[in-house]
Amino acid sequence: MRPFTRLTALACPLPFMGIDTDQLIPARFMSRPRSEGYGDFLLYDRRRGADGALDASFPLNDPARAGAEILVAQRNFGGGSSREAAVYALADAGFRVVIAPSFGDIFASNAVNNGVLPAKVGEDDGEAILAALANGLSELTVDLERQEIVAGNHTIAFTVDSIWRKKLLNGWDDLDLTESFADDIAHFADADAALRPWAHFAR
Amino acid sequence: MSCDASMSASGPRTLFDKVWDAHVVATREDGASLLWIDRHFVHEGSHHAYRKIAERGAKVARPHLTFGVADHYVPTRTRDLSAVDAEIAGMVARLKENCAANDVRLFGLDDPRQGIVHVVGPEQGLTLPGLTMVCGDSHTSTHGAFGAIAFGIGASEVAHVLLTQTLWQRRPKRLRITVDGEMAPGSSAKDLALTIIATIGADGAAGHAIEFAGSTVRGLSMEGRLTLCNLSIESGGKCGMVAPDETTIDYIRGRPLAPSGEAFERAADAWRALPSDAGAAFDREISLEGGDVVPIVTWGISPEDALPVTERVPDPDRIDDAARAAHAREAIDYMGLKAGQPLEEVAVDRVFIGSCTNSRIEDLRAAASVLAGRKARVPGLVSPGSSLIKKQAEAEGLAEIFTAAGLEWVEAGCSMCVGMNGDLVPPGERCASTTNRNFKGRQGPKSRTHLMSPAMAAAAAVTGHLADVRPLMRPL
Ligand code: SF4
Repeated sequence: MRPFTRLTALACPLPFMGIDTDQLIPARFMSRPRSEGYGDFLLYDRRRGADGALDASFPLNDPARAGAEILVAQRNFGGGSSREAAVYALADAGFRVVIAPSFGDIFASNAVNNGVLPAKVGEDDGEAILAALANGLSELTVDLERQEIVAGNHTIAFTVDSIWRKKLLNGWDDLDLTESFADDIAHFADADAALRPWAHFAR
Repeated sequence: MSCDASMSASGPRTLFDKVWDAHVVATREDGASLLWIDRHFVHEGSHHAYRKIAERGAKVARPHLTFGVADHYVPTRTRDLSAVDAEIAGMVARLKENCAANDVRLFGLDDPRQGIVHVVGPEQGLTLPGLTMVCGDSHTSTHGAFGAIAFGIGASEVAHVLLTQTLWQRRPKRLRITVDGEMAPGSSAKDLALTIIATIGADGAAGHAIEFAGSTVRGLSMEGRLTLCNLSIESGGKCGMVAPDETTIDYIRGRPLAPSGEAFERAADAWRALPSDAGAAFDREISLEGGDVVPIVTWGISPEDALPVTERVPDPDRIDDAARAAHAREAIDYMGLKAGQPLEEVAVDRVFIGSCTNSRIEDLRAAASVLAGRKARVPGLVSPGSSLIKKQAEAEGLAEIFTAAGLEWVEAGCSMCVGMNGDLVPPGERCASTTNRNFKGRQGPKSRTHLMSPAMAAAAAVTGHLADVRPLMRPL
């Protein structure tokens, strides 16, 4: 996984609360293999009007935000379904950071597993960043080492689980790490089968 | 204070901590624990994870602890895959191939025990107290009804479990929600769950493992507890749990894949030791009055947008918080409602009774008791949670009540909960639904969903609008 340390990039405001994973990627696209690329599915129905045409007023469709790598949203981003495809859609569309006051737990964990940083800010700070973006600011800097967002003249602290932070900074993949615990796992399984026989099935 | 107390094995511990502590394989310096996983379920959506492990040239490490269930994409009007859309059929076929290639037992389309994963697990005795259970589906929280730690995971984590039977996790905080007293007539576990979500918010339990306690919860059947825990993810909880008791143990006894005989009795003794110790500390406590729980429906686009059915659509102009007012405006606009409109005047286009939230036999009985001898004014679909429940409902005469009322009685699966199999609510239509998510587009592009209990969905069917079930109730 590509490590994440510091990023200065175009940011796209998404001033809505409760952008759930059903909105991030509608269910009908999830049967595709990832190798086909999921970027075009991101917020597919949200980006379109009743007639199916792209809605020019939706922030993600603003040509000035094309190429944005940072998304800024309101409360409860990524709640709902555990579909990792929601993160595939974000990542394949080029996003590396989502800034919001709260996240769905499963979404945030999926994000980290794909090198995308879920940066949690206070509700007022989130509103201040959205206001700055609405008033002409286009770029943000997100520094994971310092846990800071620089928005124009303002520096705003964000939080991220310390375990996730380490994983992102190092670009760690859990699977590689777990391989070094193979003996512990085997020992646990054997001891546990004696302790809780009812939880195990005979092989 | 509570963290330290519950981390030590000696002090009083919560249900959650007892189960967690029994599964820790190793703990890292940074606080991450490697947790042993007792049960892992995979459905059609597992194709991403299976592809990941194939890319590593690996196979499932402990296939006897993973169970495949065909539910998300299965057709409900036929069981013949050659008769359905090729892409949908391909998803069901791919699950079969992946499970076969990895020696994973599958409850497939043609299995008489097939059904929704969170219905099949408890029904077959795979769900037991004290287990850790995961599935690439957020409503895995359902299984917490037995006093298991059960939660949804993403595809990367599914691959991790397939390869190692473990997961790296940080211990969440503990939240106890205590509800005491009797609920108002016409209310069910669904009304209780929606009341909790409306009270604490759709992210109100984020980062927390919830324990549901109190006399109202204790009084629920296993079916009701499953509904309650199913919806714990809709308040953002890591998982939801109910302490095992004799109701739990009675439910498990005799289930096909549960321990039996002496092994069962020994297991039951272990389960009786799981409830939180007196004095165990929780990071947060919330108390609710059971008597405040009344028949409730959602009006908006998040499960927290829920109100008693006798209320009116909120007026955004009267909401002080700007972001919340904007959310209400967005919701009212999407749902095609008017601020201040009485909820009972909202006409519906169809109903759906089903999903892992409300498709068990009790749910079908509750809906049928309202529908019996009446006609539905709108079309509707009833999909039982499993093929076994379907058989039972037919034997009990419930299926006949549904069809006589004019509703369609179909095969088991996720169906219109998420529409992956093509059971969709058409754009712009409004559905009274016993499911768990009223998100924009959840039941199909531009679909409008109102969440409610099975009895309330039946009331909406016979009146053609959102309706209070109480005047329609009759003794069974
Ligand atoms: S019924 Fe709905 S919520 Fe339940 S597992 Fe199926 S898709 Fe998920």
